[in-house]
Amino acid sequence: MDWGSIISNALRSVVGLETVIFAMAAVGLNVQFGYAGLLNFGQAAFVAIGAYGLAIMVFFAGLSLWVGLAVGIGGAVVLALLLGVPTLRLRADYLAIATIAAAEIVRIAFRSSTLREWTGGSNGITGFDGQFYALNPLSNGTYGFGPWRFSERLTWVLLVGWVLLILFCVLVWLLMRSPWGRVLKGIREDEDAVRSLGKNVYAYKMQALIIGGVIGAFAGFIYALGRAAVQPDLYGTELTFFAYTVLLVGGAARVFGPVVGAAIFWLVLSLTDNVLAQAINAGYVSSSIMNPNQVGQVRFMLVGVLLMLLMIYRPQGIFGDKREIALNAR
Amino acid sequence: MRKIAAVWVGLVLAILATFLTGTMASASTASPSPTGVASTPAGSPTAGGTSPGASEQPAQGVRVFIREGRQGIAGAKVTVSQGDKEVATGETDERGAVVIGVPAAGEYTVTVDTGSLGGKELESDTITREVRPDEIAPVAFRVGQPAAPGEGAASGGIELSLVSQLVAQGLRFGLIIALAAIGLSLIFGTTGLTNFAHGELVTFGAVVAYLFNVTIGLPLLVAAPLAVIVGGLFGWAQDRGLWGPLRNRSTGLIAMMIVSIGLALLLRYLILFQFGGTTKSFSDYQGQAGKAIGPVLLRPIDMISMGVAIIMLLLVSVALLKTKLGKATRAVADNPALAASTGIDVDRVIRSVWISGAALAALAGVLLGLVQGINYQMGLQILLLVFAAVILGGLGTAFGALAGGIVVGLFIEVSTLWVPTELKNVGALAVLIIILLVRPQGLLGRRERIG
Amino acid sequence: MPADSSFHTGVPGATVQNGSRKAVAVAALADVPREPGAPKPDPILVADDVTRRFGGLTAVDVKHVEIQRGAITALIGPNGAGKTTFFNLLTGFDRPDTGEWRFNDRSLARVPAHKVARYGMVRTFQLTKALSRLTVIENMRLGAGGQRGERLMNALFRPAWAQQERDNTARAEELLARFKLDTKRDDFAGSLSGGQRKLLEMARALMSEPEMVMLDEPMAGVNPALTQSLLGHVKDLREQGMTVLFVEHDMDMVRDISDWVIVMAQGKIVAEGPPDDVMANPAVIDAYLGGHHDAPLTEAEEQRQLAAAEAELEAEHAAAEGDGAR
Repeated sequence: MDWGSIISNALRSVVGLETVIFAMAAVGLNVQFGYAGLLNFGQAAFVAIGAYGLAIMVFFAGLSLWVGLAVGIGGAVVLALLLGVPTLRLRADYLAIATIAAAEIVRIAFRSSTLREWTGGSNGITGFDGQFYALNPLSNGTYGFGPWRFSERLTWVLLVGWVLLILFCVLVWLLMRSPWGRVLKGIREDEDAVRSLGKNVYAYKMQALIIGGVIGAFAGFIYALGRAAVQPDLYGTELTFFAYTVLLVGGAARVFGPVVGAAIFWLVLSLTDNVLAQAINAGYVSSSIMNPNQVGQVRFMLVGVLLMLLMIYRPQGIFGDKREIALNAR
Repeated sequence: MRKIAAVWVGLVLAILATFLTGTMASASTASPSPTGVASTPAGSPTAGGTSPGASEQPAQGVRVFIREGRQGIAGAKVTVSQGDKEVATGETDERGAVVIGVPAAGEYTVTVDTGSLGGKELESDTITREVRPDEIAPVAFRVGQPAAPGEGAASGGIELSLVSQLVAQGLRFGLIIALAAIGLSLIFGTTGLTNFAHGELVTFGAVVAYLFNVTIGLPLLVAAPLAVIVGGLFGWAQDRGLWGPLRNRSTGLIAMMIVSIGLALLLRYLILFQFGGTTKSFSDYQGQAGKAIGPVLLRPIDMISMGVAIIMLLLVSVALLKTKLGKATRAVADNPALAASTGIDVDRVIRSVWISGAALAALAGVLLGLVQGINYQMGLQILLLVFAAVILGGLGTAFGALAGGIVVGLFIEVSTLWVPTELKNVGALAVLIIILLVRPQGLLGRRERIG
Repeated sequence: MPADSSFHTGVPGATVQNGSRKAVAVAALADVPREPGAPKPDPILVADDVTRRFGGLTAVDVKHVEIQRGAITALIGPNGAGKTTFFNLLTGFDRPDTGEWRFNDRSLARVPAHKVARYGMVRTFQLTKALSRLTVIENMRLGAGGQRGERLMNALFRPAWAQQERDNTARAEELLARFKLDTKRDDFAGSLSGGQRKLLEMARALMSEPEMVMLDEPMAGVNPALTQSLLGHVKDLREQGMTVLFVEHDMDMVRDISDWVIVMAQGKIVAEGPPDDVMANPAVIDAYLGGHHDAPLTEAEEQRQLAAAEAELEAEHAAAEGDGAR
């Protein structure tokens, strides 16, 4: 087994595209779930709307990148309003069910052949990334050092992604140290109490849903541009649950929780993927037990187990505050 | 700590069960395929074919049916192409079916050589289909006017026969949803858990029935009850090994909901790992011809499964209304704390709800498998419809779930009169969101008391 | 000593008993007829024809009631009399089927809960709602009204709200000292004892500088050692000019602190009057105690009722936890 390549792949994944995308989606969830206690199980839809808003505007409508970004953001706001208006007055699990249903509606609509002319059906859309890469100041070549050497394209999109990610973390930090963030945290603990203190709980929840959704749409931009393609089935419910796992690994309601969580999450997945694949190729794992196609499936099982264990044993995340864990165990 | 160790009992059981299924299922693929012969042009790789001696069922491809009325047409020549490139050809068997593998997911055009039909004319001789990875996409060609109402596209106005056919199909689907929904609703009512792993109970039932039916070779009439029993045991094990201990630790409801998502992911991909990604069928009741009852065309197996579903739903209703345990269950679902203070053994009620809810979900899986085949994603796909049913009827009420299931099933099928079939579930989910807006307590639920 | 000793002292006890406002309230209510729906000389809250039904059950059916400004009014009645439901209706936490009520001559019927609070009517809950994973001081700061930093656009710019935050913090620290919670300032609220949570909830409600405080069973689940202190704080509210309406089961407390008592049974108001009058009223004893008692409770009886109430509280607590996340 080639441990060198396994380790360098794992190290690459710590800063890689997936880490950025899922960290960003999880920053959005952190605002919604971590701070406000809103169970948005449809983050995949917000990511998809960002990605598709961009791709459709640029590719089908022939408009500029900036219009695409604006449409993606606007779409996320509209989706948040559509979902929030009926469900934010209701119990938490209604929001969960409504958002997961909405995410499926969005995905099925994007992949339907009825709407193919506007969405590209199940093949999705490619060829909308030109404007973005034309902005790339880097000339051809590879950039970076050690295991972290990337092509100029990947370097550019990673650079933009990480800058955005850090900006969003700063935004969350600024918001959550303010009285506004305090109201949000109060709502997470007990919304009736906050209401009894004269705060318009509904409006705060809506703001949190919109902010988290728009950050999710930005994850969609990076996803679409990084892959230079959008494809409906990438935005299934699994994306949402991966983002939840990322958030819970790093610790909900912690500003950098999503970033730390995403790095650890993709490091672990990259390690298991590569180790398993190499073990199968080297014959350490009999092909009757597992073939190379099944490695990807192990990843999902691993995420499932991780999610359960985290929620049962460390609901505050790996680095959570011990005092909070004690309160949370009730 | 002993309890925490017991958390894993249910999981280990699940893993064992699926491993058993998987290893046996892969052994069974050596048996002769019931479908026609398909040939792949030399040079193009066999689908998914890195493993030597690839099974006869390709990883992905199309299942072509050529029918005249209810009869299949044998010996028709079929060509699958991508763009201008021919990918594979095949010839239909005596039931008018052939499975043709394709090397990779994508969009394929299926063309029937009209010369091979003995002078018969097809409504259309070319159909383009998406083939997803690990999926066998069905492609159906029909001769002449649609003889079977409900299958063909409605041309010019809505026919009464078409409507009644859709109503029948909707009822069939609705009964399946109702079976799954009662368990979900009662589990929610008695424990507060919104169980996102309920869909996997449905898949589990179908896969276990497949194991007994196809792998072991028992008739489905024996395999199905066995699957229901194993499903009930699985429910018991889950409650005993996972949910019970979590309740005893007073784990929060949101935490439990997320645990159920983790469990759903684990189970779904365990099933994929062992069962494979293709859609498989039970060995009995394949290719049954439909029988006309008035304007409605149903296969005998459809009528049997609808009968079974109705009988089971009646039994559950009677049990809830008349038996002591049933009354206790409704009392606990109504108000757990109050029920406990009146001396009802809440743990016993919850245990029985898990067993019966999981058993009903397993039955729903078997019946769903008869309709659309067995697939690792079938539970996920039906889960949101089950949620829609439960919310429509009012979370936590058993009869609401029953009524909600049937309404959702009918709605989905009848809506295809106006909505493209591929979008029919979208309509149901949109209605779910609208119901939350208009009447969040559901059709049969009560307005909530706050504070 | 508390920092604000200019006040009538937070220390409970008889010193407050004869506070000036008590005498004023008692004098104002002296001539009010002892009958349901009696008009008050200076009502802060007037309600008419308030009904609320759950299915077939009429939980609340109040024809007319007035609450005297600046007095402590107790709302008592047997379990299921509709006291808490009436509370929820008045504070906007539930919607009535019919009814109209005015607070300071402003109609509050069907006004959302947060607006009711902003108009100066603040409530606490039977099951304390301390915000567990916020610190005590953050709980207090949250109580302050009209915060500029609670608007999303201002939140990002600290200078926009920093001064106000400092003022609120100072006020919060004063209140914490008065409620003897200053040593817990930076602890999570979830780590407080039941009685301390009640105190925190009351102190937090005061941060919004309300005119009327609605207390839902302020003594439920409180360690006896803390009851006297809590009683003192409730009386203190009146001394600071606030109106208090509270629901309570503990008859001793009702007798001790209330200026006026309203009795509910089966959703209706069945009697009103000063505490001693009401408790001697045979109709009240009949309604409240189910006709099995004719005198103040014996100690054994009190113990039995206490145990029953605790069991009920526990059941409700379990039920509420079950509801919490739904």
